[in-house]
Parts: sequence; C-alpha cells; structure tokens
Amino acid sequence: MSSFWSIWITVLSLGTLVGCYLLLRWCLKNFAGVEEGKSMGHTFDGIEELNNPLPKWWSTFFLLTIIWGFGYLLVYPGLGNWAGLFGWTSSNQSVMNLEDSNAQAANAKENGLIVQYDMEVKAAEEKFGPIFDAFAARSIEELAADEEALKVGQRLFIQNCSQCHGSDARGTTGFPNLADKDWLYGGSPAEIKHTIMDGRKAQGMIAWETMLGGEQGVKEVAAFVLSLSGREVDAAAAKEGQEKFAMCAGCHGANGEGSVAMGVGAIGAPALNDNIWLYGGSQRVVEQSIKHGRAGVMPAWKNILGEQKVHVISAYVYSLSQD
Amino acid sequence: MTTTLDQPSYNFDVVRQFTVMTVIWGIVGTLVGVIIAAQLIWPALNFETPWLTYSRLRPLHTNAVIFAFGTSALFATSYYVVQRTCKTTLFGGSLASFTFWGWQAVIVLAAITLPLGYTSSKEYAELEWPIDILIAVVWVCYAIVFFGTLVKRKTSHIYVANWFFGGFIITVAVLHIGNSMVIPVSMMKSYSLYSGAIDAMMQWWYGHNAVGFLLTAGFLGMMYYFVPKQAERPVYSYRLSIVHFWALVSLYIWAGPHHLHYTALPDWAQSLGMVMSVVLFLPSWGGMINGIMTLSGAWHKLRHDPILRFLIVSLSFYGMSTFEGPMMAIKSVNALSHYTDWTVGHVHSGALGWVAMVSIGAMYHLIPVLFNQGRMYSIRLINIHFWMHTAGIVLYIVAMWISGVMQGLMWRAVNTDGTLTYSFVESLTASYPFYFIRFLGGVLVVAGFLLMAYNMFKTIAAKDGSLKPVEVA
Repeated sequence: MSSFWSIWITVLSLGTLVGCYLLLRWCLKNFAGVEEGKSMGHTFDGIEELNNPLPKWWSTFFLLTIIWGFGYLLVYPGLGNWAGLFGWTSSNQSVMNLEDSNAQAANAKENGLIVQYDMEVKAAEEKFGPIFDAFAARSIEELAADEEALKVGQRLFIQNCSQCHGSDARGTTGFPNLADKDWLYGGSPAEIKHTIMDGRKAQGMIAWETMLGGEQGVKEVAAFVLSLSGREVDAAAAKEGQEKFAMCAGCHGANGEGSVAMGVGAIGAPALNDNIWLYGGSQRVVEQSIKHGRAGVMPAWKNILGEQKVHVISAYVYSLSQD
Repeated sequence: MTTTLDQPSYNFDVVRQFTVMTVIWGIVGTLVGVIIAAQLIWPALNFETPWLTYSRLRPLHTNAVIFAFGTSALFATSYYVVQRTCKTTLFGGSLASFTFWGWQAVIVLAAITLPLGYTSSKEYAELEWPIDILIAVVWVCYAIVFFGTLVKRKTSHIYVANWFFGGFIITVAVLHIGNSMVIPVSMMKSYSLYSGAIDAMMQWWYGHNAVGFLLTAGFLGMMYYFVPKQAERPVYSYRLSIVHFWALVSLYIWAGPHHLHYTALPDWAQSLGMVMSVVLFLPSWGGMINGIMTLSGAWHKLRHDPILRFLIVSLSFYGMSTFEGPMMAIKSVNALSHYTDWTVGHVHSGALGWVAMVSIGAMYHLIPVLFNQGRMYSIRLINIHFWMHTAGIVLYIVAMWISGVMQGLMWRAVNTDGTLTYSFVESLTASYPFYFIRFLGGVLVVAGFLLMAYNMFKTIAAKDGSLKPVEVA
C-alpha cells in the first residue's frame, strides 16, 4: 500500500490504543469533584450515580491487554506496511496466479521466510511424503490389489471427488459412474490417471435441432438411439432416425459404440448402445440432449493434489471396475 | 390519556406501540428460528416449497429477531428513557409516530421479500435496495427525534443510558448506509458497489458492528436505565461508565476483520481486527460490572423479583459472551471455532441470553407503567417465563458448544497418511443429537414468549389501576 495509507492506518490504530490508555489513566484519578463512593449529585428520573473507583483487577487487566496489543502489533504485521519483527505472513500475499505462487513459495523456502502456509505444507510433505513416495514407486495395477493403498485412495476420493461422482463413485446425472465398465475416456490405469491429472473436456455435442429439421427429426433420432440399447420404440420413427444418425456416427460410431470403442481419440462421446446414460435415458431427456447438445468437463487435479496422490486415487478408481 | 403517570406530557403512545410489537415480533422471530432448527433435523419440513426452505427462512429469522424484536425493543426503551431522563417530551411531534409505522413497514416488507427469494445476499443486510432506502429514512428520523429530545432536555447532564442509545443510533446509520451501497439493476435486484475482499470487509465491518452497536451498545443503554430502576439502587460507578463507553465505541468498530481470519483479507487487517477484539474484552465487561455491582446491597431482591432476575442473568450472559467473543477472535482459537456451531452458540448466548433477557426484563418493567398498572397481571408467570427462557438458553448453548467443538475437531482430524479422517457428512451426522437439543431449547424460548404475550394482554386488558404493586416485606 502507499505510504499515505500506511501512515493513516498506523496513526489510527496506535491512536486508538493510546487513547484507551489515556482514558483509563484519566478515570483512575478522582476528577469528579466528589468524594469516592458518594453520589455524583445528579439524578435522572430518580437514578443516582456513585463515584466509585474502577475495580483494581479490572483496570490492571485492561492495561495488560493494551500493552499486549502494542506487543502483538510490533511482532506481527498490522500497522500498515510494517511487516512485523520477524516478517511473518499467513501466505504469500501478492500472488496473482499459479506460476507466481510457485515462484514465491520457492523463494520463501530458499530464503527461510516465515510464510505460515508454506511452512505447514512443508511440514506435511516431510511427514507424509515418504508414504506417498512408496506408493508412487509401485504400479497402479499393483496398488489396486493393496488393501492399504485402496483405503488411502478411497479417503482421497471421498474428500475430493465424491462431490460430483458420489461417495460410492456411482455418479449422478452428468457425472459418470466410475464403478462400471463403461468409460468416456478409457478405463486403463494410464487413461484414468491422465483423466484425473489433466482433466477432460468433452469435444462437446452441438445442438442438433436445426440440422435434423426440427422437433420431428429429433424425435426420430432419439427413437433410433434408444433402439440401439434394445429399448421398445416406434419402429417407423426409428427407421427414419437411422438415416439421420449418419450425422452422429462420426463421434458415436455407426452402431453407437462410442468414441472409446472407435479409437478416435479422447473426445468423450459416450457409447449409446449399452443402456447406460450420462444425462438420463428417458425418451424426453435423450431428445433434450440431441436438441440442445451437451458438454461435460472434468477439472485437472495435478496442481491441486499433486501426481502422487492422483496416482493412488487412480488405483482406487481402477479397482472399482475390476471384478 | 393517562393519569397515573407523573409526567402526562410525555409521548408514551409510540412507546406503547413499540412495546407491544416487541413482544409480538419476539414470538415471530423465535418461532421462525425453531422452524429452521427443526428443518436441520428433519429436512422434509422444507416441504419442497421454495419460500419455506431453510435458505430463505434463515435470513427471515435473523432479520426478525434483530430488526423486528431487538430494534423495536430499542425504539420503545430509548424513547421512554430519553423522555424520563431528560424530563421532556419527544422532539419532532408526529415524526416519532412515523418511525413506528415506517419501521413496521420495513419488517412487513422483509417478511414478504425474503421468503420470495429477494436478497442482496449480505448477511444481516439481505433486504434489497428499495427497503434499504426506507430503513435509512426511518433511521434518520429516529436520530432527529432522539437527538432533538436530548437537545431540549431539562436536565444539566446527559444520562449514561443516552450516551449508549445515541452512539448506537449514529453508528448504525453509518454502517447501514455504508454497507448497503449498491448499483440497482431492477426494482428488486442490485449489485454491491464493492468487490472481492473489500466487499467482504465492508460486510463484516457492518456485520460485527450490528452486533457491537445495535446488540451491545443499544442494549447497554437499556440496561443502564432499567437495572438501577428495577433494583432501586444507584449506578455503581460513574467513572467506570465513562471509560467503558468510550473504549467500547472506539474499539468495537475495528473488530470486523476477525470474521475473516485466514481468508483473502490482507494479514495486516486480520491482525488489527484480532488485537482490537482482544483489547475490547475489558471495556465490554465494564458494563457488566457496572450493572451487577449496582445491585450490591440489594441482592436479596433477586429472591422476590423475577424481573430483576431477568436483568441480572442477562448481564451474566453478557459477561460470558463478551469473554467468549474476544477469545474466538484470537486466530488460533478461530481456526478451530470458525464455520462451526460454536459460532452459532456464541451468537445465541448473546442474542437469547443478553439481548432477549434484558429486553424481556425491561418490557416487564415497562408494560405496567405504560398501561397504568402497579404490576404485571401475573408475577408467577414472569417467574415461569424466567425459568423456561433460562433452561432454553442453557440447552441451546451447551448443545452448540459441544457440536461446534466436535465439528472443529472432526474437520481437522487427519490419518497417519495425512488424509482427513472424516468426510463432511460424518460431522453432520454426529451433530444431529445436538441439533435436537437445540430445537428443544428453542421450543422453550418460544413457549416463554407466548406466556409473556398472554401476561401482557391480560395486563393491558385489566381495569385501569386494578393491579396493585406487590409489597415485599
């Protein structure tokens, strides 16, 4: 902050504390002009006020808190730009982005600055790091068979992933079930880890209503899509829909087998022939998906959790679909 | 009008109006509180109806108890006290009446708009901008009436109760106008003029001083009249009242940042908030000492007088929560207590223990005087009310202490691998028994208010002067 504001804050803060001290000192003296313990002499609606001295324990304690206040503001940042005796900060205060944050954390580490958050992270890393180092040295397949590793993975999953995927990892509308064998971006250990590390962004399904010639076209394609999962549909509509489905086949495959089975890359187009529905499988919802399009996003976790923890979570998620 | 009052020229009409509404809003505010307490245990009570959901009823509860119940009590007592201690009638003629109807309009508008989902989403300042403007207008009129009366007083000094009332009126005006600065985008929607951490700081500068000035300074003003009056004893120490008044008002205004410990608020502001909150401890206790010591030499009165009991126990709760507050403002304590039910318990020991009890005591003192009676219709009912209210608070606070500390400990518990031991929902499940105890406490409080209303209406309905004061041997 500018020196003007720094001085402003300092003067007001110290002024308040000094003012409290002077006020206390003034009232410790009997300035009232009447004997202590006697009435002040004015009554208000029958209420009198006595000129009793301040309780000694009270004024002593008050004085001590004021002194403590000065001490605290000497040691810790508080008075404008005064950084405190030891330069303590709760975190790197001027961080604007991740790069900045990493640079400042590294700087604090190198120069031994007292940045509380960085120090806590460091202490945690020293204490728990070896456990995750040991996990990181083993493959995901191996960890997926290790009871202890799975417990750690499950706890990390519950704290970080369950908000979207559910505490049993069975997903909810828009957030895939991770405990089945149906994968949007592949279910191999490497693919799962990639998904968690870097996140995923579906290529995105556009709104098809206009392209399909309006409401009727949407209904027909929906009928065909549902028929792929063996659902009972209006056969005539599904037949019309099948022709139009050619437009969908580029991503979902000619038989609705989905992008993973097609091997067309990580575009996240779900299989449509397995009666598993990301956004709901009713006629109405499938029509809605076709009409308005869909686009799912999974955030990247590498900067939040770090690779080692992602490695253990990957093992947990991988284990869920192994029989 | 009245005949038994010693100064028939006083304007007690507006005092009567606010007094009756205080009791009614007390029932409404606490009842909504009990409903949302029940919703936390039985979510089905939301009835899948938007305007009955917790998220909309919770601000209705806080607004009803702070601004409908608490502030009506402050209007009633400040108008009463300023007239009697200045020996003059209210300034401004019908302006006082306007503040009554204006303030009730604010409350009714709040009761309509909050359940409908209109909110500025600022805690304790949820009302949208047109209502905020009405509040500002009414408040300025309140200030004109109050200070106008002080100016034309017939006494040489200004009584200490009026310092506190005056300080509270000025500061609340500044806080309300400062925090409510918004850019309206439609009749019922606006965006804050402040952004990011500054907005948060403004919000808690307002929020904590709503507690500091409205709920502390204002009610200290009430205390300074009704405690010596009911105890029929002189105020303990004039000099103590000077130190603690000036220290309290100058320190409290700094305390807001302690609501934002370990957030994006710069460290320097957090430190200052914490220091001033801790230094505030003793000045806060000055009021308690002055109130309780006023009773010295008259302790026996507590045995017979349930009204005095309300007033003195309120001071005990005041002392307790003004010790707890500075302690919770210390960063390392706050790291445990923040975001838990401990905060909720702390607020309620202040709100139900201090604010409600001192108001209830003041109302029981005031109602017979205002309606030409020597006493309330039933002293026994006051006594029952006292025990119900006290038991209700104790259940409430103890339940919230336990669940709050438990939540804080569960949230920070880690396994040997550094992962959290408990998921959030586990801490919630563990809190359910305490939510139930809190609910029971709340039911006792509401039931007590209903008794009070019955007692009040019986007193008002009784024939003029038919209720004779009790003679205590």
